[in-house]
Amino acid sequence: MKTTARLSFLAAAMVTLVAATPAAHADGDHRARAIAMMKQDFVTKGQATADRISEDGLQAICNRTGNKPPAYIAQRLEADQLAGVKLPADGKLLGDWKSGEKIAQSGRGFTWSDNPGLPVGGNCYNCHQIAPKETSFGTVGPTLFQFGKLRGNTAETQKYVYSKIYNAKSYNLCSEMPRFGHIGALKEQQIKDLVALLLDPESPVNK
Amino acid sequence: MKYRIAFVAMLALVMQPASAQNKQATAKTGAKPPAAAPAEQKDAATLEFEKFRTQMEQEGNPAELFEVKGEEFWKAKRGPKNVSLAESCDLGLGIGVVKGAYVQMPRYFADAGKVMDAERRIVWCMVEKQGFKFNDLAKEPFAKGNYTPEQTSLVTYVAGQSKDMKIAVPLKDPHVKDVYEIGKETVAYRAGPYDFSCNTCHGADGKRIRMQNLPNITTAKGSLTAVLGWPGYRMTGGVMLTPQWRMGDCFRQQRFPQPKYASDTITALLTYMTANANGQMYKGLGIKR
Repeated sequence: MKTTARLSFLAAAMVTLVAATPAAHADGDHRARAIAMMKQDFVTKGQATADRISEDGLQAICNRTGNKPPAYIAQRLEADQLAGVKLPADGKLLGDWKSGEKIAQSGRGFTWSDNPGLPVGGNCYNCHQIAPKETSFGTVGPTLFQFGKLRGNTAETQKYVYSKIYNAKSYNLCSEMPRFGHIGALKEQQIKDLVALLLDPESPVNK
Repeated sequence: MKYRIAFVAMLALVMQPASAQNKQATAKTGAKPPAAAPAEQKDAATLEFEKFRTQMEQEGNPAELFEVKGEEFWKAKRGPKNVSLAESCDLGLGIGVVKGAYVQMPRYFADAGKVMDAERRIVWCMVEKQGFKFNDLAKEPFAKGNYTPEQTSLVTYVAGQSKDMKIAVPLKDPHVKDVYEIGKETVAYRAGPYDFSCNTCHGADGKRIRMQNLPNITTAKGSLTAVLGWPGYRMTGGVMLTPQWRMGDCFRQQRFPQPKYASDTITALLTYMTANANGQMYKGLGIKR
């Protein structure tokens, strides 16, 4: 909680900073009106509450810089996002790649038509190529086929992959990828299983 | 009725779970998938559907049934004021003029003081000219099961009357340009639990979600792809759906809350996308998977 509070404060300060500098992508007037318009035009449906229209600090930075914040801001805030990543207390990051594959397949969660009582999926195949057997994969993100084979299954890589899934913005502030752990979408064990899917030498990803 | 039967057969093919389709594909090729992801790739079901759609478009699009109904609604005296839209509603080209009106919307309507897309304008006319209550029209605004809202049929009729005409959103009108610019900001706006904006999926060329190709709505070519085929008859559920519905379903998948019916936000998005497709041909009512 402390981290989150600090994070919001920092982000708020940064927004002020960005706002003060005329950015190349900015059309402040139309953006302000677009935001005001959306705040009026959206209503709660199911679990998708109306307050989702409000930006958090990080979204505000990305929205105001066309997803290209100045490096000095990006570095500060990425470090802050990384500081909020909660690594497993038992220090074990590699779970079960088989259940990781199931989590990667599921695109469930957070829409107004999803049952909020059910576990949320990783949405991974929506955007990434992963295991070779699944040929129905998206291309919004890079291919992850042979990820572990290429990068190795070291403690450091495990920590990187866990943190990246927990909060993708830790390494790339305006990454298109959701912050699955940060927003509480994926639980610790689910993230461990996804780490295994990418890094376990036995996973089909690395065969 | 014969449509129904053809659809059910087609649905059996198209609606197989992705995993089953993949098994087929893998079994056929028997090859290892490539390490690099090709941008424009279509699975067997997509190709099969596209073939089917071409055939349906030639033999008769089921959307035409709603077009006929919409024409009846347009011409009949209706509502508490017992007036027809044909004798009271101006879609931008003069009272009652329908030919070519759809491809020139969204546009600014001085009597309403607002830029409006086709569906919103039709609803405005139904309320202001015929005396229907907006809240009644907004209660269940999109088709569901056997129910099709009257305004959906009306939009279908009006859109059909612009078939094979060039898209010409009047961007020179400062009111329209202003809403266009707001729309441009709206598609870039990231929020919600997943930090998604429209552009997350629709802001670059050659992207896919699973096997679904995503049009890049920031380009003329991609915008046209997004505009074409709406309003459209959707085989899943067998319902006639409008561009307003389509925008709402995008927001659902973006993990946003629900946009109000006939709101400024939807008009802004449709203004941005349709104007980006200006100068290109609108091919009429669509068939959707």
